[in-house]
Amino acid sequence: MTADLEQPVLEVRGLAKSFGDRRVLSDIALSLWPGEVLAIVGESGSGKTTLLRAIDGQLAPDDGEILFHSRNQGVVDLATLSESQRRRVIGNDLGYVHQNPRDGLRLDLSAGANIGEPLLQAGMRHYGRIRQIAADWLGKVEIDAARIDEPPMRFSGGMQQRLQIARNLVTEPRLVLMDEPTGGLDVSVQARLLDLLRRLVADLDLAVIIVTHDLGVARLLADRLMVMQAGRIIETGLTDQVLDDPHQPYTQLLVSSVL
Amino acid sequence: MTASVPQSGLPALETRGLAKSFTLHARDHLSFAVLADIDLAVHAGECVVLDGPSGAGKSTLLRTLYGNYRADRGAILVRQDGEAVDLVQATPRQILALRRRTLGYISQFLRVIPRAPTIDIVAEPLLALGVDRAAARAKAAELLERLALPHRFWDLPPATFSGGEQQRVNIARGLIAGHPILLVDEPTASLDAANRAIVVQLLQEARKAGKAIIAICHEEATRAALATRFFPVPLKAQAA
Repeated sequence: MTADLEQPVLEVRGLAKSFGDRRVLSDIALSLWPGEVLAIVGESGSGKTTLLRAIDGQLAPDDGEILFHSRNQGVVDLATLSESQRRRVIGNDLGYVHQNPRDGLRLDLSAGANIGEPLLQAGMRHYGRIRQIAADWLGKVEIDAARIDEPPMRFSGGMQQRLQIARNLVTEPRLVLMDEPTGGLDVSVQARLLDLLRRLVADLDLAVIIVTHDLGVARLLADRLMVMQAGRIIETGLTDQVLDDPHQPYTQLLVSSVL
Repeated sequence: MTASVPQSGLPALETRGLAKSFTLHARDHLSFAVLADIDLAVHAGECVVLDGPSGAGKSTLLRTLYGNYRADRGAILVRQDGEAVDLVQATPRQILALRRRTLGYISQFLRVIPRAPTIDIVAEPLLALGVDRAAARAKAAELLERLALPHRFWDLPPATFSGGEQQRVNIARGLIAGHPILLVDEPTASLDAANRAIVVQLLQEARKAGKAIIAICHEEATRAALATRFFPVPLKAQAA
């Protein structure tokens, strides 16, 4: 493997954000390489989702750099780009999976069109080809391809989440940000989704940042783990190191609280 | 105990002044040292069995050697591609690369992956090395066959298997990638005599093929069959 010759997909340095006089992110630094899964854990309000949204450009940081290695333009600082520049530069290199699939799907479109739309936006024009790819992806996320013309509202929550993942991955992004993707799901449905994510991440050599409050999810999916508290990264390392040999008081509390 | 193996060249794994303590913040920051000044060198073709009473820190040492526990001090030099990488100083990415190619760990218990069939769990370390799925599954089948796991189990997730069956799945998964260094924690603890003999034989073959093995094992006959040498892990005064 030549992994060490590669550059990180993402490098965040000194990221900070306040809402009014409340500091929500302080001095955040992280790097992520292709094929790596990084989990972010921490209590509600610790800044996990805020960090994810800052990387995704949904909110502008006050300070710091978000260096993203795009396919077309090389390394760009996402923190300095306007929304339109951002779209042009990173295109479909970056995906975002919402906790609630309804936030990430187009509910007025069919399942197939939800997968096909990002391809259209990326410039693909051949309708038959797009439909074929959409059908293939339904298969990959274990949805019966015969349901390609149904609207997502007819799907169960687990199916909707799998559809959202297909919509995100169809354009082969370099980095996917996931906010509690298994959050609202039953345990058995969760297991199926986790198994699917595990395989897709390995097959596509994706870099993933996954925010979760479930340490089991982190252990199963993530190579590395970051623990956040009050807007700061308080502990980081290999997932098994942080979970089996936690050093910080808060991390020890978190690990010892698992049922 | 086998006659000691003549050593040539550099050790596959070597520790220098290795120390490990734990601090429990919820217990008024109670700190206790488990390992101090551990100097251990293991060469290819050796099986070093860790020797010491329960609570001495044998498992802690094994986990520290794998990078699962983070050392306080000292060095863990792991030989990979002719170069010694210090696991204590290595980045997470370097540790992952060491684990993929060089450093194998067979724990006492299988960590079950939801829904994944047994044969894929066993094949996974080979896939991570870039071996194609068919070849990896064929190798997994070969190992499961040797470990006498009934065929009808191969396509099932091991969550409902007995302890002994899970342990054999775990051993197959640990051996499949042919890591040059194997860390093995109680490989035969939940096995009957027949299966224990199979596992002992597999580990002996691995050692004779040039693997460096560090093992924890309480059962006397297995210790005698596996060890080329014992390494004492003394009980520490539990205060730092």
